Amino acid sequence: MRADLSQRLLRDMIRIRAVEETIAARYGEGKMRCPTHLSIGQEAPAAAAAAVLRPTDLAVSGHRAHAHYLAKGGDLPAMIAEIYGKATGCARGKGGSMHLIDERVGFMGSTAIVGGTVPVGVGLALARALAGGDDIVCVFMGDAVVETGVFFEAANFAVVRRLPVLFLCENNLYSVYSPLSVRQPPGRSLQSVAAGLGLAASGGDGNDVRAAYGLIAAAADRLRSGNGPQFVELATYRWREHCGPHYDNDIGYRSIEEFEAWRRDDPIVRFREALLAEGTIDGAWLEATEAALAAEVLAAFAFAEASPFPEPEQAFRGLYAKPLGREAVSCR
Amino acid sequence: MPVMSYAAAIRDALDVALARDPGVIVYGLGVTDPKGVFGTTLNLHQTFGPARVFDMPTSENAMTGIGVGAALGGLRPVLTHQRLDFALLSLDQIVNNAAKWHFMFGGRRSVPLTIRMIIGRGWGQGPTHSQSLQAWFGHIPGLKVVMPTTAADAKGLLLESIFDDDPVIFLEHRWLHNMTGEVPGGDHRVAIGSASRLRAGGDVTIAALSLMTVEALHAVDHLAGQGIACDLIDLRSVRPIDWPVIEASVRRTGRLLVLDTGYTTGGVAAEIVTHVVESCWSDLRVSPQRLAMPDSPESTSPALTESYHVRAADIAAAVGSLLGRPVETASLAAARRHPHDVPGDWFKGPF
Ligand SMILES: Cc1ncc(C[n+]2csc(CCOP(=O)(O)OP(=O)(O)O)c2C)c(N)n1
Ligand SMILES: [Mg+2]
Repeated sequence: MRADLSQRLLRDMIRIRAVEETIAARYGEGKMRCPTHLSIGQEAPAAAAAAVLRPTDLAVSGHRAHAHYLAKGGDLPAMIAEIYGKATGCARGKGGSMHLIDERVGFMGSTAIVGGTVPVGVGLALARALAGGDDIVCVFMGDAVVETGVFFEAANFAVVRRLPVLFLCENNLYSVYSPLSVRQPPGRSLQSVAAGLGLAASGGDGNDVRAAYGLIAAAADRLRSGNGPQFVELATYRWREHCGPHYDNDIGYRSIEEFEAWRRDDPIVRFREALLAEGTIDGAWLEATEAALAAEVLAAFAFAEASPFPEPEQAFRGLYAKPLGREAVSCR
Repeated sequence: MPVMSYAAAIRDALDVALARDPGVIVYGLGVTDPKGVFGTTLNLHQTFGPARVFDMPTSENAMTGIGVGAALGGLRPVLTHQRLDFALLSLDQIVNNAAKWHFMFGGRRSVPLTIRMIIGRGWGQGPTHSQSLQAWFGHIPGLKVVMPTTAADAKGLLLESIFDDDPVIFLEHRWLHNMTGEVPGGDHRVAIGSASRLRAGGDVTIAALSLMTVEALHAVDHLAGQGIACDLIDLRSVRPIDWPVIEASVRRTGRLLVLDTGYTTGGVAAEIVTHVVESCWSDLRVSPQRLAMPDSPESTSPALTESYHVRAADIAAAVGSLLGRPVETASLAAARRHPHDVPGDWFKGPF
């Protein structure tokens, strides 16, 4: 792998982690007043996808979308401002952490209903296919999405029409506190389900960013050369609670041993040590990179904190592209 | 009588139902997890076993249809959704199968299915975690829809729903979960379709439901200090609605204010105003009013929810306007002890 690509992958992972850790550290201040799902521990798939996707490719995601938005090149200050509910937020304060958008870079939206953006991604691919060209659509999804009816229906249509969709599944073993064992039969992989639908399926270690990059790049190449929709499953692990800033290993849905094993397999530490050992980066690079990213994150939070809240009447505006005469039909 | 939270009362009802009838099953996302759906299902699987109390895949539509089939097969399933918004995926099974089975097969078999849906609000629940769509379900012939406000009614209506032979949509507001009250032990029942009169007064009838009843209680007790006596009716059921209780009250007061947690247009409040105008026209002294959610989704930003919801002060002001007299409301707003987007200290976010 080229040195600049390796550095980019590491830098993007460190950046995502720095953002998420800062959210976690400051959530208790009570200024980020919305359900917030952090991606700490799961940085590698997003960083790998970021290095494969072009700015003109599109992406959609679900409730745990910060990493995907950032990876696609989404505006960091606008994301933090959105979580703070500010007018400068990427959705102007309407959507919060679970509803991110940055169309400038092809991040077309993340929503909070599990599976909700899967058919939307396929529809975006339909539009792209009609327009021609070799851009693709990446549907970021969790393991629970493979249980939703809408995934089967949308994937089937994508296969029927050979649409340029990359279903990128981060399998972190849990849906909230529910292990895979209550959701999938033993011995059946998510990949095999996808393959049964006719998706070209592959998968691997989602905490090995190089391996993830290789899988995603290969799938993207196949898509761009017209080979029909692809499914890539990446094994990874969420460190903190499902929703919110804390750790929740104490409540008993997963074992401390399991958590510790995954944490020892930290995708950032793994890759950082490898690059240091190879000489692709050195201590000075690391220090400078971390300092620059920390400054960027601090600036984003400062921007969010300093930004104004939306005007109260915005609560009732923006329902339609062309406003009705009287938008909020309220009795008050 | 034991005092317990609304959430504990729901758990108590499930416990009683599971013990009483081996055909009762309880399932839904997170039902057996360590949080137990905000405590409402906590550890029930340990008492009644994983065959009857179980978690499920994120497959709301199929799992609802499976509930319909299980009900037709002789069980009494209770399906739980942590947000009403997630149940929207299952509208086909609810509306086309559960609601119609008894009717469209000539009354051969009914569907004793109970579907709990939790309505979210505040702390940035936002557009897709806060919808209060009782009007949709109330619109469907063949469904019954209940929305208890008190802990005792939550227990009594849940047990009644489970042992009702028809499908019941059981709507519980997240902000009610930690409210406490006296709850009768054992197989306590509250009839579906019966409203309850929480305050008696001759000046204005207030018909309210769910969390709006709590806001109304604050307003009504506040107005009592200003010599205004409201008749406060907690609907408890949205389908069927207890018309005799509402009509009798309006005949006494001549003034009606309806409160709803749903959107204004096409809502339950609209239905009640229409019915009262049709049935009590000559008793009305002023035109009835409703206070419901604005016709706009709930935003995430706290700045956009501050003036979005109906609060006690709004209700008191509306009562004043129905009576054509000034009322003092500022102290009601000032008495609020919590930020507007949380129900109380117990709520630490984020869900
Ligand atoms: C249709 C629907 N059902 C339930 C939920 C509640 N919910 C929110 S996140 C989540 C877990 C999804 O798990 P997964 O897709 O594996 O993503 P992860 O949280 O592990 O990243 C669930 C069930 C929802 N948002 N939408
Ligand atoms: Mg998962």
